[in-house]
Amino acid sequence: MKLLYYPGCTLKTSAKNLEKSAFAIMEALGHEMIEMEDWNCCGVVSSLTDDDLMHHLAPLRNLIHVEDAGYDKIITLCDMCYNTLKQTNLRVKEKPEDLETLNSFMDRENDYKGTVKVLHFLEFLRDEVGFDVLKKSIKRPLKGMKIMPYYGCMLLRPREVSIDDAEEPTILSKILTSLGADVVDNPFKIECCGSYHTIEEKNLVSNRAYRITKFAVDRGSDAIVLSCPLCRFNLDVRGKEAEKIYNNYKQLPVYYYVQLIAVAIGLDPKCCGFEEHAVDPVLLLKKKGAFEK
Amino acid sequence: MNKKLESRIDIDALKLKKGELVQEVEDLCGENLFGCYQCGTCSAGCPFIEDMDLSPDEVIRYIILDRKEVLNSKTIWLCAACFTCAERCPRDINITKIMEALRQIILRKNIDRTNLINITKEEKVSIPQLAFVSLFRKNVG
Repeated sequence: MKLLYYPGCTLKTSAKNLEKSAFAIMEALGHEMIEMEDWNCCGVVSSLTDDDLMHHLAPLRNLIHVEDAGYDKIITLCDMCYNTLKQTNLRVKEKPEDLETLNSFMDRENDYKGTVKVLHFLEFLRDEVGFDVLKKSIKRPLKGMKIMPYYGCMLLRPREVSIDDAEEPTILSKILTSLGADVVDNPFKIECCGSYHTIEEKNLVSNRAYRITKFAVDRGSDAIVLSCPLCRFNLDVRGKEAEKIYNNYKQLPVYYYVQLIAVAIGLDPKCCGFEEHAVDPVLLLKKKGAFEK
Repeated sequence: MNKKLESRIDIDALKLKKGELVQEVEDLCGENLFGCYQCGTCSAGCPFIEDMDLSPDEVIRYIILDRKEVLNSKTIWLCAACFTCAERCPRDINITKIMEALRQIILRKNIDRTNLINITKEEKVSIPQLAFVSLFRKNVG
């Protein structure tokens, strides 16, 4: 069965490599994923005031289009899109009177019936592909790579939309173990990377990147793996800038989990778009022999 | 509880009625602020606490005491809505929503925190788009 995918703005601009690697591994694993038509921005952050329904319109319109296309689930790659779409989906299911207001506001769209399930790509890998299947597809195990999983906020909080245990998530560790890498645990794995402060408070975000990475380095980590495009930017780019602020500090390479899966199942590393990262991610993979068969 | 807060906005010009701050916040966020027993769990887990002028538990106390200068605190803008405090609060108070309510009181009076003109062209092309959308949603009314 085909799967429907919602990209969101960043996957089409500064995180093209995340999308490309995800499509490549889906094809290799024998699943067909297609992009939904006529999608719009999800709004990135969910409305947090009770009277503010307007900011639920953008995510709801996307959910309506999923229903119209005849699908009952939608897969996202971006953590923030996942969170926003899922929070709106929950809100309209819990408060039918709000759904009525929202439906009546949109003239050109059909009414939302509430049949769509919002899934993150990680959930799809865990629940529908299965880590054992993933393990069997490994051609180039990431042996000897010590990697710290970093979850950030939007996959885990608020707890109603969490894809895993909100305080002690394991989904990325399980993927890393399936790929043959060693997992380095770190209490900073669920702490905020600084999010949108990366625009106006660059040093604050560099400090976040430094704190998170320093702990990983002290515990012997070679790299960080994550899933959110904004976390990638903050840890990778602002982390690189932190090298100028903190003495003897070197930013670790940052990978999307889909890139590591693509390398490990033997796909051409070109699909990973490693050149878009600030800290060279290829160097470590070459050093550990991950590109050799 | 007499901290020096920056005075970016003229609180009097907001024309908030005396003694009604807590009601206004509760109306916006739907949380019961009086449930807070000041344990400080929210502040202990906050990733931005070092840069805040008021800790999140102090913010709640300020609101209850109708100290409107809380609207001039850096804290409410530093909160990036990571939901850590809301997840951990033993009284199940969603502090993240309280911070949003305070921001909204200001933004709904047409006072923006971010001046869009200050964003440079270089920033526009290098920073991921979702960061801009969230910044505008949080800091611009």
